[in-house]
Amino acid sequence: MSTNASQNAVYARIRKNPRFAELVSKRQGFATLLSVIVLTIFYGFFMVVAFNPNLIGQRLSEGSYVTVGIAAELFMFIFFWVLTAVYVKRANGEFDAITTEIIRDASKEVK
Amino acid sequence: MLARLNLALLALLVPALSFAGDAISATEKQPLNLHAIGMFVLFVSMTLGITYWAAGRTKSASDFYTAGGGITGFQNGLAIAGDYMSAATLLGLTALVYTKGVDGYIYMIAFFAGWPIILFLMAERLRNLGKFTFADITSYRLNQGKVRTMAAVSSLTVVCFYLVAQMVGAGQLIKLLFGLDYNIALFVVGALMMVYVTFGGMVATTWVQIIKACMLLAGGTLVMVLAMSQFGFSFETMMGQAVSLHSLGEKLLFPGTLLPDPVTALSLGLGLMFGTAGLPHILMRFFTVTNAKEARKSVLYASGFVAYFFNVILLMGFAAIIIVGQNPEFFEGGKIGGKVIGGGNMIAMHLAKAVGGNLLLGFLSAVAFATILAVVSGLALAGAAAISHDIYARVIRKGKATETEELRVSRFASVGLGLVAIVLGIAFEKMNVAFMVALAFGIAASANFPVLILSMYWKGLTTRGAVAGGYAGLVAAVLLVVFSKSVWVTVLGNAQALFPYDQPALFSMPLAFLITFIVSSLDNSAEAQAERAAFDDQYVRAQTGFGAAEASSH
Repeated sequence: MSTNASQNAVYARIRKNPRFAELVSKRQGFATLLSVIVLTIFYGFFMVVAFNPNLIGQRLSEGSYVTVGIAAELFMFIFFWVLTAVYVKRANGEFDAITTEIIRDASKEVK
Repeated sequence: MLARLNLALLALLVPALSFAGDAISATEKQPLNLHAIGMFVLFVSMTLGITYWAAGRTKSASDFYTAGGGITGFQNGLAIAGDYMSAATLLGLTALVYTKGVDGYIYMIAFFAGWPIILFLMAERLRNLGKFTFADITSYRLNQGKVRTMAAVSSLTVVCFYLVAQMVGAGQLIKLLFGLDYNIALFVVGALMMVYVTFGGMVATTWVQIIKACMLLAGGTLVMVLAMSQFGFSFETMMGQAVSLHSLGEKLLFPGTLLPDPVTALSLGLGLMFGTAGLPHILMRFFTVTNAKEARKSVLYASGFVAYFFNVILLMGFAAIIIVGQNPEFFEGGKIGGKVIGGGNMIAMHLAKAVGGNLLLGFLSAVAFATILAVVSGLALAGAAAISHDIYARVIRKGKATETEELRVSRFASVGLGLVAIVLGIAFEKMNVAFMVALAFGIAASANFPVLILSMYWKGLTTRGAVAGGYAGLVAAVLLVVFSKSVWVTVLGNAQALFPYDQPALFSMPLAFLITFIVSSLDNSAEAQAERAAFDDQYVRAQTGFGAAEASSH
């Protein structure tokens, strides 16, 4: 029980730290932005597949077999993966540094 | 939608089965079996060696469920890729590109796009809140008994349907590739799975998945490079020939029959994307890493491997149109354009033989078998955890079971699940099991995902809301699949489907969200107040990882 009580005290202190609010809003905002980008492009593509399938087979240039569909999908595979890399880099660097700092401060004060 | 894919695949596979026995026992097929079996024996002895080593390291519950939580992000990324890409990925999607062209690519992007979303919205919270199962998260501040029972019921439903679909596919595939009897094949798969999981737990399962992922990536890449070399590594040259030779011609480049209407397209997107985020065996992998940092890296590596491999499959499928599709050796009676020997699922195998001879064919066969083993092991472990950790330790014993008792139950559960898988696999041999994968993804997206995501993001969630919404999603997904064409018409033999689409997610998932939301909002009980009050501490832990389960020391 004592570990729980001290843990809850740390949680309460973390909540009061303005840096915590900053971390949450920054990271949540960033994650939401990236999610919206992925969902918009993905469902946008599916809407084209559903409502204008002819555009998918359109060639990008005369005599080439690279179509709008193939190019768009290859782009999504690469771009979505790049977005995951961007998120991981920022979350594991900038955001985790703030997290470590917040936890250290809160744990120190409790003692 | 998955049902549609599997229907297509099974439609290709089933007529060939009666023929397959003869084809494989025929003398010219003998070398095929020796290479394949030799490499498979090598794989099995290697994984059994790892299981023996892993058994010595599997002492605590944490070792058994999560490999002690000490897996690195890179290892876990490979293992997730190994867990996620089943034999249907390698064989089914290659065949899909071969027969339908760009439709196959559209399918693959839907299989992939869930991963970035899992990273942005779930990965770090999963790791920070969870310990052994995803029910640890949903029941974090809610009623342990009720919420865990609900989560375990829907997890086991997902696991059982997915397992049976894999087992039936495995039996048919092994029968084709190795010439083994269907029942014997099921016993081999079931027995190996039981040994890996029961003795080696998550440590052995993880390494089986890592080795399999490496084999799959290497095998696929080799076949793709050898195939592309025949076209001077030119996509344009290959596509030019493929379009001029394929019976679909230019239509190869356009969306075809797989996405006939907007509802199906949207339901496919939702079902695959959020189904992935609700599969218990995939979620469990997030508890094996050291911390949220490694959990994020896992997704980065896993999605990189998955994205890469899907593009390899695209090239394999298009190359096969020319290399396999124009070679009489691969058609029954040598008639080009006729029935493919061994059925449509064999396209990737034929391509391997055409570009790399019997040795490469043997290797790719062993890869397919390893793939099945890795996927069913992950499923069995997730099912065993739901039984022993959620139902036995938390619901029945209310947290008072010792670790030894819990571990003993989890081992019995693994053996039990193995036996259930074998028995159901044999029972469903002649049935069209295509609907089962659709059902698994539908339930994962409708019962697991809504409650899981709301428990992490919404303070207002209460036990009553979670239980009502979870069961509503489960029942709705099951009923919609039963009333869809793949069960109501194909399995039950009725004339007209009651539900016109194959994927339930577009309807059952919003329903689960809505019911969870309404019931939670109307819940003013004292428990509900306490549950809402407990959100703030959970929120801090989810965001910072303070108090999260730590890696055991070894």
